[in-house]
Amino acid sequence: VTYVFNWPIVFTYLPAFIGGLGIGLGIALAALVLGSIIGLALASVATDWPALFMRPVRIYVEVIRNVPLLLWAYFAFYGLPRLGVRSLDNYSSFVAALSLYAGAYLTEVFRSGLASIPARYREAAKSLGLTASQRLLIVTLPLMFRIVLPSLSNTFISLFKDTSIAAALAVPEVTFTAQRVNIDTFRIIEAWSIASVIYLGVGYFLANLLRLLERRTRMVR
Amino acid sequence: VSAVLSWAPQLMAGLLLTLEMTVVAIGLSSAVGFCGGLGLLYGPLPLRAVLRVCVDCVRGLPVLVLIFAVYYLPGVAAMSIDAPTAATIALGIFGGAHLSEVVRGGIGSLPRLQLEAAKAIGLTSGQRLQLIVLPLAIPRMVPPWVNTGVEVLKGTSLASLIGAADLLYIAQSGVGTTFDPLPFYMCAAAIYFSFCFALSRFGTALEDRYRYREY
Repeated sequence: VTYVFNWPIVFTYLPAFIGGLGIGLGIALAALVLGSIIGLALASVATDWPALFMRPVRIYVEVIRNVPLLLWAYFAFYGLPRLGVRSLDNYSSFVAALSLYAGAYLTEVFRSGLASIPARYREAAKSLGLTASQRLLIVTLPLMFRIVLPSLSNTFISLFKDTSIAAALAVPEVTFTAQRVNIDTFRIIEAWSIASVIYLGVGYFLANLLRLLERRTRMVR
Repeated sequence: VSAVLSWAPQLMAGLLLTLEMTVVAIGLSSAVGFCGGLGLLYGPLPLRAVLRVCVDCVRGLPVLVLIFAVYYLPGVAAMSIDAPTAATIALGIFGGAHLSEVVRGGIGSLPRLQLEAAKAIGLTSGQRLQLIVLPLAIPRMVPPWVNTGVEVLKGTSLASLIGAADLLYIAQSGVGTTFDPLPFYMCAAAIYFSFCFALSRFGTALEDRYRYREY
């Protein structure tokens, strides 16, 4: 049996692949933003609030991280309507699942970021007479973001890879497109090599872009 | 809830397949990772270059793409592979690439002094590896090794997408049959959680145990 390459027919699907790439990046970005909000809120609860509130935060982080993302995606898509949430389609329920996932990882990231800000910065801000919210907005957060930026960019790249799981909910991103091409045309090698090139290329590009950003915002210590 | 109970035998069988895939894939990853890591450190330049490209490519791809690729690729030669095997191989490759980095990092970060001392007392390279390098490096590799194990265990859930009847697949068919999603998802989540959490706790315990054994 000889395998016949047929690139032209696979190339007719290029618009679908490009569209899928856009969808994947959009989902990853949405999850990064929503996840950062969750992570920031929970990290500040874990840092500043009484120890009593630590426990629910830890439970959230551990429960989310120790259950596969695919199960959360199914839960958001098939399970939430049973709990009265009927407004989510396959895109938004996957974004919801991925945001919860990102939130759990980012809680840890932000928590260690907050913990690594030297106490003297906060003391200096206090002695200048800044209020608690001013201290947070103009001292703690800007410092923390510079510290966590590398972890944040790694999280974004792995979120982009995780968007492949949206294929299970028939979201037409890159993996779903590759699978469709595979089934429609039987051009197995072509379909999966295009998908691989897209994931590797985007990952490489993002890693370099974000490294540039890190270099420009690096804190002088 | 009673629906889940009546599905208990199937769920059990699904869990067994999940655990079987996990154990085999972790074994496979460890073997690949050990060889890959040593190759990355001590191999001749061409081998090192090839391994670096392979490791970076595998780490840059989503696990799901690896699983689909391994599952569909035998079709090129008009052959087929069953879903659990394909998923196990894919997860073995995925874990192997990550563990190659772990092994490389664990050995590469050893203080030079130890290695030079071992050389100075006249140990051969095999003896150095066996008597000095591995006993020093393995404690450092254990925590990331366990983390990779958790990732592999969670990754087996993706096998359901190529039709392997693992825990998530069975839970999903339970949902499809009874139209009662919540109990099935909660049951599956509880099972995944207890295995993953136990595994990562085990990792933390090992980490604590070896923390003060740095030289």
